[in-house]
Amino acid sequence: MRISDCSIRELGRLLRERELSAAELTEHYLERIERVDPATRAYITVLPEEARARARTADAALASGEEIGPLTGIPTALKDNLCLAGAPTTCASAMLADFRPPYTAAVAEKLLRAGAVVLGKLNMDEFAMGSSTEYSAFFPTHNPWDPARVPGGSSGGSAAAVAAGTAPYAIGSDTGGSIRQPAAFCGVVGLKPTYGAVSRYGLIAFASSLDQIGPLTRTVADNALIFTAIAGHDPRDSTSVPDAPADCLSGLADGVRGLKIALPQEFFTPGLAPGVEKVVRDTARRLESLGAEVSLCSLPHMDYALAAYYLIAPAECSSNLARYDGVRYGLRAPAAGMIEMFQASRSAGFGPEVKRRVMLGTYALSSGYYDAYYLRAQKTRTLIREDYARVFTDHDLILSPVTPDVAWRIGEISDPLAMYMGDIYTIPVNLAGLPGISLPAGLADGLPVGVQLIGRHFAEALLYRAAYALEQSGLFTARPALAEVD
Amino acid sequence: MACDDKYEMVCGIETHVEMATKTKIFCACSTEFGAEQNTHVCPVCLGLPGVLPVLNREAVNIAIKAGLALNCQVASFSKFDRKNYYYPDLPKNYQTSQYDLPIAAHGWVEITTAEGPKKIGVTRAHMEEDAGKLVHSGETITSSAWSDVDYNRAGVPLLEIVSEPDMRSADEALAYLTALVRILDYAGVSDCKMEQGSVRFDVNMSLRPHGSGELGVRTETKNLNSLSAVRRCLEYEARRQAEVLDGGGRVVQETRTWDEGRGVTVALRVKEEAHDYRYFPEPDLMPLKISPAWIEAMRRSLPELPDAKRERLIKLGLSPYDAGVIVAAKELARYFDEALQCGPDVKMLANWLTSELYGLLNAQGGSLADCRVRPPQLAALVKLIKQGTISGKTGKAVLETMFSTGRDPETIVREEGLGQISDTAALAAAVDEVLARNPKSAEDYRGGKEQALGFLVGQVMRATQGRANPALVNQLLKEKLG
Repeated sequence: MRISDCSIRELGRLLRERELSAAELTEHYLERIERVDPATRAYITVLPEEARARARTADAALASGEEIGPLTGIPTALKDNLCLAGAPTTCASAMLADFRPPYTAAVAEKLLRAGAVVLGKLNMDEFAMGSSTEYSAFFPTHNPWDPARVPGGSSGGSAAAVAAGTAPYAIGSDTGGSIRQPAAFCGVVGLKPTYGAVSRYGLIAFASSLDQIGPLTRTVADNALIFTAIAGHDPRDSTSVPDAPADCLSGLADGVRGLKIALPQEFFTPGLAPGVEKVVRDTARRLESLGAEVSLCSLPHMDYALAAYYLIAPAECSSNLARYDGVRYGLRAPAAGMIEMFQASRSAGFGPEVKRRVMLGTYALSSGYYDAYYLRAQKTRTLIREDYARVFTDHDLILSPVTPDVAWRIGEISDPLAMYMGDIYTIPVNLAGLPGISLPAGLADGLPVGVQLIGRHFAEALLYRAAYALEQSGLFTARPALAEVD
Repeated sequence: MACDDKYEMVCGIETHVEMATKTKIFCACSTEFGAEQNTHVCPVCLGLPGVLPVLNREAVNIAIKAGLALNCQVASFSKFDRKNYYYPDLPKNYQTSQYDLPIAAHGWVEITTAEGPKKIGVTRAHMEEDAGKLVHSGETITSSAWSDVDYNRAGVPLLEIVSEPDMRSADEALAYLTALVRILDYAGVSDCKMEQGSVRFDVNMSLRPHGSGELGVRTETKNLNSLSAVRRCLEYEARRQAEVLDGGGRVVQETRTWDEGRGVTVALRVKEEAHDYRYFPEPDLMPLKISPAWIEAMRRSLPELPDAKRERLIKLGLSPYDAGVIVAAKELARYFDEALQCGPDVKMLANWLTSELYGLLNAQGGSLADCRVRPPQLAALVKLIKQGTISGKTGKAVLETMFSTGRDPETIVREEGLGQISDTAALAAAVDEVLARNPKSAEDYRGGKEQALGFLVGQVMRATQGRANPALVNQLLKEKLG
């Protein structure tokens, strides 16, 4: 078996049984990045020296014979909007091309403390705004299943690295589908946790009330393992919940017998590609065959989700990104005066999609428009939340598509609105703060198709249970050609 | 002043006070004043990418106390909002503040006017973070080639207290601010050090013809950081607006800035004030829920406030004037109360504190806080005088020694032999000697010349360096001559 095919658990076993050292494992991945990454371009920054140093520390811990956690010595990579002290953290933006934060994000800190070896920082749409990683200021990332296609976004680098086997697992962030959609496009497992389950401290903000950090992995069990490692209260994030995270691992194999699963009728519209719809319906039948009850449900306000999202997220973005003014850090463009310097720096530092959203958000919050836009969007958000709550009074999970179609060709979609439309199945989940998992469930035209399971707040354990049952039933076993490269 | 004849002033004031917390409102950096530039900073108050605010609970405690001290209703549900504007001293280019749900509202402060007591309404009080400070290379921002930004102050918790437009003269405005600052100082809300910028004022003012029920067009003047600046600004602005109105013109509603050096208000460029702050709820902080129990705990932790203290001192027997003088400064009032604990005569204590000790402080410099005469010592001195151990005159000399040495009055009196002589045997000798040396006066007295007794008493006092108990000398002389 190829090392890059091993799950985190398998790698952990190899390390603990000393069949492989952490140093060897890290070298293996660093070499693989050199060979394979030019075809996907998932990495913005590779950190070989730091990785080797951490691998040595892991080996020392392994040699000491002390109790070793499941992540010790296992390599990983971080989306480039997660701060890592001293390492470039660019948000795939010219604005932060040279930015090295003096502190480390809570999630990265947890992983490092658990012995993780960070291989590098992964490509994304600039400031996580986009659905294809084409809006990276540096270069687009290619889908390991077809390099002519996008890997999805904004965590495109994270999904592509896991799919191509250049990282055993990766961390991404999801504001409106940015973990689940690339996971679906690249045939990997991606979780958007419940809002508040994972600390956002050190995640460079896009839209604060929607952003969540989550894992992208090849298997469901790996995903549950990483989620467990990164979840939990953090006093530095006031929106992180004080409760201890649920145990997602021990009940993983409990099956779906008796679970009530809802299929939202609003999601099966003409916009849904037949190949994708078929995979979703096949998955529903498979759940039934595994003992779950599947029935239709209604989420009547879904039509307004996209509009609400594209007011709330840009509004928060316009304020969150105001700090990039060239005064303290980041790009400073020379100009005659202060205001002119702000303008020149922001004009040069931000790409087209970021500018578009900053302008949208500024407008939505403007005096005289606030009530009509931002306030109405917040009210819509409440209605959407209530839609889900109603369904969850008599259902355990919702099954839905992740995306209306498979990955598109790089450059194929130039209309921003058309790209926004691709997020209709994932955005409402962020608006409601619910957990959603994207699970590879089939192929359409040779490209992976994901399905999404949505649960109640903090029902990650149940999501994993159902996803695991589907995965173990042999739902999806295909691998991209690039993963086969040695 | 021109406006007094024709126009009535309508004035409302926004007061920004730095709350007396040890750490900043959203991070653990120190709020200490005067540190080297950019040393009290961290990723959070520098607004680095990815940081999040965590609300300092002590700032909320203080804001609740301020609300209670200003007779406000404290909100059970409050929240933070972002006020968006670009300025280099604002690390995130938004200020986390409170917009539509402030922590406290609907209060008042009582002032004394020539017509009697008057309540000035407090519209609201809300929490926000302070910005940093620009340090210009030149005299002013416009004459500077460059400016440094010091973020030590960025994130220091502020309370903005907005008054109703209830003040009708500069005197009333000053009375309001004096009372307000005193309450905040007493309540421990702020150290109120204006010279360090812990209190700053924005003044809104308009004029209208006397008797008019309508409001005139107002201006808002920012950048005032002392009471005298507020007075000068109001007087200047009243003159300026009166001239505009007298000339048939219209006052322009605008934001102006106070030029302390020239003593004038200057209009800010329209571009600078054309702010649309795009307020929206701060998504990084949870709404603030304040339970009745929390409010009650803060109410119980409030110390005695100036008005209550003044009432108490009057009840103890002080004149309203003396009580007012003592309550005017928290330090003085605290000193007085501490001395009072030792049980001296209240009126005498007030007199010895406000006249004698303050006289020495004024003459020789220094503050009550580091005065070597501690409250129990002053109380002891007052007692020595009251019980006749020393005379008032000797008391002044003893106080001077106490002031320069910090020694106890009893020790000084004992060691320097200053105690009043009330011993009959000791005084009798002195009386005999004086009578022997002044037979003429003794004769005069016996012959009915009452004034002669005064002369003889004076001679005994002289012979004893003033230490003889005058009443006793009197009595002894009468006995001997009788």
